[in-house]
Amino acid sequence: MPETQPIETPVLEAAVAFGRLLRRGGLAAGTGRVVEFTRALEELDVTRREDVYWAGRITLCSRPEDLELYDQAFEAFWENVKKPRVFRRPKTQLSLSPIDDSVQPPKKTAERNKEGEEAVRLRYSPVDVLRSKDFALYTAEEFAELHKLLADLSLSGALRSSRRLEPASRGRRDPRRTLRGALRTGGEPIRHRFRKTRNRPRRVVFLCDISGSMAPYSRAMLRLMHAGVVSGEPIEAFVMGTRLTRVTRELESRDPDRALREASGAIKDWSGGTRLGDTVKEFVDRWGQRGMARGAVVVILSDGWDRGDVAVLAEQMRRIKRLAYKVVWANPLKAAPGYQPLAKGMAAALPSVDVFLTGHNFESLEELARAVSGAVSGRRGGTG
Amino acid sequence: MTGTAEGRRGALPSGVSHSSDLQGMLQGQSYLADQGLSTAIFLALKLGRPLFLEGEAGVGKTEVAKVLSRMLSTPLIRLQCYEGIDVNQAVYEWDYARQLLHIRTAEAFGAEEDRQRFEDELYTRQFLVSRPLLQALEHVGEMPPVLLIDEVDRADDEFEAFLLEILSDFAVTVPELGTIKADRPPIAILTSNRTREVHDALKRRCLYFYIDHPSLEREAEIVRIRVPEAEEKLTRQVTETVQRLRNMDLYKPPGVAETLDWTEALVALGAKELNEGLIEATLGSVVKYREDQQRAMDPALSLLAGT
Repeated sequence: MPETQPIETPVLEAAVAFGRLLRRGGLAAGTGRVVEFTRALEELDVTRREDVYWAGRITLCSRPEDLELYDQAFEAFWENVKKPRVFRRPKTQLSLSPIDDSVQPPKKTAERNKEGEEAVRLRYSPVDVLRSKDFALYTAEEFAELHKLLADLSLSGALRSSRRLEPASRGRRDPRRTLRGALRTGGEPIRHRFRKTRNRPRRVVFLCDISGSMAPYSRAMLRLMHAGVVSGEPIEAFVMGTRLTRVTRELESRDPDRALREASGAIKDWSGGTRLGDTVKEFVDRWGQRGMARGAVVVILSDGWDRGDVAVLAEQMRRIKRLAYKVVWANPLKAAPGYQPLAKGMAAALPSVDVFLTGHNFESLEELARAVSGAVSGRRGGTG
Repeated sequence: MTGTAEGRRGALPSGVSHSSDLQGMLQGQSYLADQGLSTAIFLALKLGRPLFLEGEAGVGKTEVAKVLSRMLSTPLIRLQCYEGIDVNQAVYEWDYARQLLHIRTAEAFGAEEDRQRFEDELYTRQFLVSRPLLQALEHVGEMPPVLLIDEVDRADDEFEAFLLEILSDFAVTVPELGTIKADRPPIAILTSNRTREVHDALKRRCLYFYIDHPSLEREAEIVRIRVPEAEEKLTRQVTETVQRLRNMDLYKPPGVAETLDWTEALVALGAKELNEGLIEATLGSVVKYREDQQRAMDPALSLLAGT
């Protein structure tokens, strides 16, 4: 193959400018991809609209979500359509934001008491009080303190055996290591080596309801989800408003303030009215059935208020139940004495729930973590 | 990227200078590709880059690899991914039994310098068993082979990281042996059902194409080509019903594969056109969830009433 001919400058310039436009729109069209794009143009007919369109789409996009943006940008750039109106990927700002509740430790306020000694006073409640305090009564500082508590909480899913093997004292024969050993004993495999399947934690999928009534609890849950995602365990995080938003990527940032800011940036509808059944369905259709919920521990935080058709929710919960290893539902309303699952959605969902708990304070989050790791007695237990 | 270090890249069949030529050749192999897909395949062949195909189950992703292998008369080497797949299953494995025998032979000879030589020979190419990826790299022939890495989303991160090396350099490193490099890069096709997001780094090394469900016209055309025995009326009815089912918000909307299965099932039953009894009897080949079947039955019938 002859050396690649130098790329004609106008084409190259146009390609670079187009790449810049795409990046501004939010596409990951880095230099490598732009180079690939110009290469593709070389091989095709630059004068044909279709060829240019496809060359770009094939080299500059990498997800189905990219395609719509690409189409818009293509029209704007190559066909000189006047300024596109909504070109950027919409980044909605939201009103309620967990940004305010900083995770930085609260300022210690030094006061002089009568004797003139400095007494350091913290404004939040002592830890043991905090543990059983309802999230709805938390102050911003206490939310910050909660973060430290959560960092110690392990959200490791119940174990399942993976197909990867690791050395073990018994199990399947491991010819590779046996042979290595045999070399030392003159080719006689005196000691047999073994390996067995490794145990790995199951995926934990969080579905967090962020409708208005749930606000204090979903804040706490977002923090819990962040702590989990950062710990490196296989965890997926979604929030349910009027629609479903996946926030796993956004929560990956180690800096909790930033993670929560990014997650809330991704959420388009804080505190919208909930059609719980529809959002759960969106999860099962788009993610769950394809593999995310399969054999996973699914945790739902919601008060079970569903303005839609509860039959939908009942059916979707049955689907989740069939896919998942275990379904955990946390409902802060359950903490009230004499609670009955009166919300129709809750009643419809309960038959498909393995562990039903409150999730209204830190202690119950601990209980939740135990349920996730399988420490709480089994599936089908603890309902009601 | 110099020509010498990379080996000869590209594997376009002769006489193909534009994607539309390729479209014709694919059709000759009973595969209907739209302009986008044929351009993607054209570029993959021309630039010698892996092609990453995404799309719903049953839209014909895997089929692309099979058709290419037929069209270019070159072997298809397939690697089905699954969770926990590792180097020993995907690339190479030492032949332990033969290695042991070899050492024992050395024992029998006895002489010290011979033993040393036998031991040195243990980790040489002759004791290496190649698995699909290595086979694809080592292939010798007129045309590079088609390497199908199927359902890459099922493999785990560790394996993905490993694929990176292979797909960027078309080389693997066997610690005991050194680096084995492909003379010509294989025609690599990766497919994903999107059960999880494949890492960007891997996608960056590939051309990307999202295969959508075909339009009514195109789907009817596909049925005509793939199931020529089907009567025209049946073909129309089947494709119209399937298109309608796809818009119905089912758990698992039928793909082209299901359309073909259904048509074949109907042809096997001697059907000339759809009727209620036939739909009831064969709906299971298109719609595979009980809830979906209940939901699909009425619209399927109402379509009949309309025609």
